[in-house]
Amino acid sequence: MQIPHPLLGLRDASEFVYLGDASLLNRPSVDDPAELGSDATLDAFHEYLHLRHNPAGVHKELWFHEQGDRSWLVVTRDTTTHEILDCALARDVAGASFGAEST
Amino acid sequence: MRYSAWQVIKQGLNGHSGWQAAFRDPEPKTDYDVIIVGGGGHGLATAWYLASVHGITKTAVLEKGWLGSGNIGRNTTIIRSNYLLPDNEPFYELSLQLWEGLEQDINYNAMVSQRGILNLAHSDAQVDAYARRGNAMHLAGAGGQLLDTAGVRKRVPFLNFDDARFPIKGGLWQERAGTVRHDAVAWGYARAADSRGVDVIQNCEVTGIRREGGRVVGVDTSRGQINAPKIAICVAGNSSRVMSMVDQRLPIESHVLQAFVSEGLKPTIPGVVTYGAGHFYISQSDKGGLVYGGDIDGYNSYAQRGNLPTVEDVAEGGLSLMPMIGRAKMLRSWGGIMDMSMDGSPFIDKTDIPGLYFNGGWCYGGFKATPGSGYCYAHLIATDTPHTVATGYRLNRFRTGHPVDERGAGAQPNLH
Repeated sequence: MQIPHPLLGLRDASEFVYLGDASLLNRPSVDDPAELGSDATLDAFHEYLHLRHNPAGVHKELWFHEQGDRSWLVVTRDTTTHEILDCALARDVAGASFGAEST
Repeated sequence: MRYSAWQVIKQGLNGHSGWQAAFRDPEPKTDYDVIIVGGGGHGLATAWYLASVHGITKTAVLEKGWLGSGNIGRNTTIIRSNYLLPDNEPFYELSLQLWEGLEQDINYNAMVSQRGILNLAHSDAQVDAYARRGNAMHLAGAGGQLLDTAGVRKRVPFLNFDDARFPIKGGLWQERAGTVRHDAVAWGYARAADSRGVDVIQNCEVTGIRREGGRVVGVDTSRGQINAPKIAICVAGNSSRVMSMVDQRLPIESHVLQAFVSEGLKPTIPGVVTYGAGHFYISQSDKGGLVYGGDIDGYNSYAQRGNLPTVEDVAEGGLSLMPMIGRAKMLRSWGGIMDMSMDGSPFIDKTDIPGLYFNGGWCYGGFKATPGSGYCYAHLIATDTPHTVATGYRLNRFRTGHPVDERGAGAQPNLH
């Protein structure tokens, strides 16, 4: 498997460390300290930490280029064929989603 | 037909023309008491123990492919009960005891061979950890013996003992562990369940789960609608796909694990040997092939095949442990899809939906658990209470803070 790094071109997947579903970028946040131990907060963090969609098919996922430029990537890959459909820098993906939330 | 030596002689006199199919190929009926989704080892074992222990025989086992096409036919056939945690060890010990009586129980030769397993230690700390594990095993009645370097050398003299980085300091030996002919487990359980009236239905894929008034009432399949008040999911590898039919997310990722077999060799490796400094385990099949494996590839996959870097990694682990196998040719490699859970331990539990049961999350340790899993799942389905040795395997254990983290790696499925 080779990952088309947006800056470095095709790199072998063995240079990367795999973290998992790209939804891990969207960590729940708690603004009110009184809510820290509430059921709603615990449920949100439980879902964030432990539950996965785990689809058979197109999957957006986080890869870390540990043996390279140490950038985090969001790779779109088909889990039934290992075909890689898209690859973007995680900071761009996260920035886009945070930007969307603030508007 | 009951299999026996007498039957072999009798059939031999008839030119072996009287053997019947081991199990029927029935059409699905419209109503059952229990539907088991998934005709792998665990599902078939569940059907058998539902029939033999709990007297529930109006059961259908639905398999989307052919029997033995999933992980029951894709593993490295090792059985053992050398776990540490109190939520794990009694369960795996029950499973090993069921293996010991399996062939008499189901009247089928599954080639259960208790040739032992040796976990190697490469540091003083690892020897200490194995001493602790051995004590946990003895508490559960599983046996186990701590060997020093000389003890290891006596059993497996061909290892790379004096490696500068990972010398062999000892090992944990479980005599009762071993290997089993994996296909025969599927066929044997299917035949035994079938003989009690269970319908084992192949090429029947579940496409939907029907609910009425909150309860499950049946499933839609590629061969029509089938009704039952109790539906038991048992599809490790595809758990997330099936549970998405009822909009449930699981603490599971699907990963690919590769396994390998070499050309046939004369008997050379007694029992199962595992490398403690990398991830590598090896045994020798009765046909002579070296059967070995290592880590999962490490990324979500449903492809049933892996990539080359893992092949190289496993081969490196093997060569650093026993250089002699470098002369053997690798014959085949294959991949299976593992339900990797967040703590490396499985689930045998009711779901939030009345009548719907879930069994999965076996990571890459499901084969040895086959009889225990079936036994405890049948107990849960029949009585609606967990079996005493499977109380830790709850679906909500991460929410309540009770993970069963044998490896201590945390909520990172590809590290277990």
